[in-house]
Amino acid sequence: MPNDSSPSPQPDRRPLTAFAWLWVGAPLAYGLYELVRKATQLFTG
Amino acid sequence: MSPPVAPPGWSRWLVPPAALSVHLSIGQAYAWSVFKPPLESALGLSGTQSALPFQLAIVMLGLSAAFGGTLVERNGPRWAMTVALVCFSSGFLISALGAAAEQYWLIVLGYGFVGGIGLGIGYISPVSTLIKWFPDRPGMATGIAIMGFGGGALIASPWSAQMLESFGSDSSGIALAFLVHGISYAAFMTLGVLLVRVPRGERPVAGGPGGVEAQGVQVSARSAVRTPQFWCLWVVLCMNVTAGIGILEKAAPMIKDFFADTSTPVSASAAAGFVALLSAANMAGRIGWSSTSDLIGRKNVYRVYLGVGALMYALIALTGDSSKPLFVLCALVILSFYGGGFATIPAYLRDLFGTHQVGAIHGRLLTAWSTAGVLGPLIVNWIADRQEAAGRHGSSLYTLSLFIMIGLLAVGFVANELVRPVHPRHHVPAQRKAADAERQQPESAA
Repeated sequence: MPNDSSPSPQPDRRPLTAFAWLWVGAPLAYGLYELVRKATQLFTG
Repeated sequence: MSPPVAPPGWSRWLVPPAALSVHLSIGQAYAWSVFKPPLESALGLSGTQSALPFQLAIVMLGLSAAFGGTLVERNGPRWAMTVALVCFSSGFLISALGAAAEQYWLIVLGYGFVGGIGLGIGYISPVSTLIKWFPDRPGMATGIAIMGFGGGALIASPWSAQMLESFGSDSSGIALAFLVHGISYAAFMTLGVLLVRVPRGERPVAGGPGGVEAQGVQVSARSAVRTPQFWCLWVVLCMNVTAGIGILEKAAPMIKDFFADTSTPVSASAAAGFVALLSAANMAGRIGWSSTSDLIGRKNVYRVYLGVGALMYALIALTGDSSKPLFVLCALVILSFYGGGFATIPAYLRDLFGTHQVGAIHGRLLTAWSTAGVLGPLIVNWIADRQEAAGRHGSSLYTLSLFIMIGLLAVGFVANELVRPVHPRHHVPAQRKAADAERQQPESAA
């Protein structure tokens, strides 16, 4: 017999968390890539 | 708008990306210089005129953070992020209209005034929420968000430049670029608005080094500005930012001048690389040093920023043009302290004043940033010009500025040493805390 007082299962937030970090991480990675490209000029320029 | 309370099982790791989506967007402000040359040629503006939207935006950032902080605390992070989204994006859309109609005042009004309000409200919007979600690591949590402000320029600078290259640098190309910026940033910031949640009820608090949460100390924003602790931290932030901005603002000409008379002069592209490296150190310092403050304590980390920072300036001043690697290393360390100083201050405020109105107190403290933004470049530029007029050249153009920066850091160091726990007469009475908490409880947990 099911127990009515047991808490309802909580949704898995991991996919949402991964999506959210990807959303902000992708443009940041692009910015960092451009930064590294420019920074290397200190040693090669 | 009721503060959105997290449903059971909500992950606190969803809050930093919400904060980042706002800070990465508003950090675009530091990439305004990309628009300056096209605006100057398309609308016939001088360099001073084309800097106006950015300058007004920074003034509005300080004012809206200082005066809007209490509203942000009252209405919650979702309201604040929505205001930031609407203002920041509208600023671009109004600017697009201004560029299309070749009405420069509309660009100043849009980007500078309306967008600037978005900057200020957006900057403080996630601070108190992050501190509440991460009571065990407030330095790291606010460091992530404030690192985003530094990262915003890294993204916007190449992105905006590519867009102008594709659309053209005439007024219609600039208008189209502004339009795309407005729409893209609105879409990007929407994630933050949708994801941000305040924690359900009071969480058990670990306190962190030097924390006061365990004793339940809470101080309102109005009382905080009447405490010597607030003004000590104001001086600490102002001095630390002045010292960092002094280098950041003149980094490229500085490294070229420093080594102009040596056998290994610095080329323009190498100087640009140096500026990029400084940006990286600034960003790394924001997350690295603020996370370190969770381990060694806020007062100690500011001792490092100000004390070791002064030592780095002394090394640059004393070694002059004798060692390029040493110059670069010292500048990188100083810039990491500059970023760290910004990112650690919200956690320091929480340690002293509690979480009650930490966002509003942080907003008021940001006036130190506005002051430093004027002071730092003024000192370095004015002294360099005077030295040049006196016939000096090379590293000696900057020697006096460097010693002044050491003095400023020493003042900041003393101010940090004077920070003591807040006197109980400034604490919020327990009944008022309970009433405030009740008022902030939402009707729904959406």
